[in-house]
Amino acid sequence: MADHLPFEKPVIELREKIKELRSFTEDKDIDLSGEIEKLESRLAQLEEDIYGNMKPWDRVQLARHTERPTTQDYIQLLITDFLELHGDRLYGDDAAIIGGIGFFEGNPVTVIGHQRGRDTKENLRRNFGMPHPEGYRKALRLMKQADKFKRPIVCFIDTKGAYPGKAAEERGQSEAIARNLIEMAGLRVPVLCIVIGEGGSGGALALGIGDRLYMLENSTYSVISPEGAAALLWKDSGEAQRAAETMKITAPDLEKLGILDGVIPEVRGGAHRDVQQQADAIREVLRRELKELSSKDPEVLVSERAEKFNQIGSYADVTDANTEE
Amino acid sequence: MLRDLFSKKKRPEKIPSEKAKQEVPEGLMSKCPGCKKISYIKELRKNDMVCEHCGYHHRLSAGERLYCTVDEGTFTEMDAQLIAEDPLGFPEYKEKSAKDREKTNLNEAIVTGRAEIEGVPVVIGVMDAGFRMGSMGAVVGEKIRRAADTAVNERRPLLLFAASGGARMQEGVISLMQMGKTSAALRRLHEEGLLFISIMTHPTTGGVSASFASLGDVNLAEPGALIGFAGRRIIEQTVREKLPDDFQTAEFLMDHGQLDRVVHRHDLKSQIGTILAVHARGEEE
Ligand SMILES: [Zn+2]
Repeated sequence: MADHLPFEKPVIELREKIKELRSFTEDKDIDLSGEIEKLESRLAQLEEDIYGNMKPWDRVQLARHTERPTTQDYIQLLITDFLELHGDRLYGDDAAIIGGIGFFEGNPVTVIGHQRGRDTKENLRRNFGMPHPEGYRKALRLMKQADKFKRPIVCFIDTKGAYPGKAAEERGQSEAIARNLIEMAGLRVPVLCIVIGEGGSGGALALGIGDRLYMLENSTYSVISPEGAAALLWKDSGEAQRAAETMKITAPDLEKLGILDGVIPEVRGGAHRDVQQQADAIREVLRRELKELSSKDPEVLVSERAEKFNQIGSYADVTDANTEE
Repeated sequence: MLRDLFSKKKRPEKIPSEKAKQEVPEGLMSKCPGCKKISYIKELRKNDMVCEHCGYHHRLSAGERLYCTVDEGTFTEMDAQLIAEDPLGFPEYKEKSAKDREKTNLNEAIVTGRAEIEGVPVVIGVMDAGFRMGSMGAVVGEKIRRAADTAVNERRPLLLFAASGGARMQEGVISLMQMGKTSAALRRLHEEGLLFISIMTHPTTGGVSASFASLGDVNLAEPGALIGFAGRRIIEQTVREKLPDDFQTAEFLMDHGQLDRVVHRHDLKSQIGTILAVHARGEEE
């Protein structure tokens, strides 16, 4: 796969051209510095135009980028002494969700996240980051464990969705997701959720009932994939680009809808351009929020978390409209 | 303008009433999807819309469901005045909602209220798949939240009849978050030691199946109801394997340990009555 996305093409091409001119200057001993300078200022402008005006579909592509950092990458850079813990104690160990314990800046935490693969082989093992019920039940087991030992929980959300398969249905995909929703609502420890890639529907929400919800700038969170929405709306999954706009699924869109506690800015061109720098931006949020949430009483955490969800969704009250006149 | 749209006479009927039973003109025929035999709608209605030949359970409107579930004259509706907004500015959403309000005589895809069942006071919510496929948006989420809170405040059991294609796409991620909202509301009910009976009827899928509908202290379903998380066609495309004919039916879920009971419509009220009676004991003392 190319290391750039279609929308970045003009930037990449201009960069190449500047590089060419530079080597030409060196080889032929002809001074083109005036020309190069002009192109460089054009490049700066072009970068500003392209990365400063990203379309929803551009962000969808970045969110799905093969090179995009995953849960494991952030755990490696943010958590010390991380120990992965396995299994749901009921059926098996789902590699599409990982979880475990470690320290964040010296304090014990439980970290759980969807885990997709980098290459075909790993993606097959991890089922492309699409969990079965045992994945959600493992996550819940680790959350209950964190609750018992009063550790805060960090959830990284990154999935196309819960796996649509026969075995998943047989083992109660619906119940597994629903159970996580009701149980997470009652956790007496801080829960911090960050969407790092794709937040696909109920399969994402099953790790998403938290005290705070952040999204990386180029991540998405949606009730249905753009392809799925396009197929339903216009009977044509090729209209996904249009659906990505209609459905309002990007981090800036969700912030406008009032669902987020914040958008974490990304490195220009996407998190994969500088994983360390991206991890540092996440570290800032973890430090600030975990400090604030850890100072709250468990009862306050639980009631504020419920209230947060109570506030989502607007509706008209027809009696008000009738009595106002 | 709003006033014209929702004037008193267009408000939903205070159901249940005999009128709900007579909405379809008498003498109309219906072909049973189960056995393909033709029945008179009038005869079907007398049988709670269950086919007398093969036992197929036809879909019920919210009004019909209440009529055959709660004690006569005990139902008072709550929050009927809530109607959907259009948070995404979604193409044609407002028009389609208005059309469904006209068609179903309901303001939204769920009717909630207080009622008695075999003499036991309950809070009940009944979804209507005729309104935007019974999908859950902000209003459905809010009405369930308020129903659960009323159940907590008045220490009544809560019953929810699901009939839904899932989250409402036209409200985007807001509809997804209603799964969290309803589940958090049920948690409070649970903490208070109150009973929640979930009854899954045809269809109960997607975000409704994956939230409140699966969280009953007792989970019941009607025979033949389609219940599941992912759509059959999506699964077939993903796994490329043939799915059994009864895949995602109530009976299939029963076989896989996902339900407490599959209950024939004729037995539903009395079995709910028994469950309520067993749980009522503690409340009286
Ligand atoms: Zn029949």
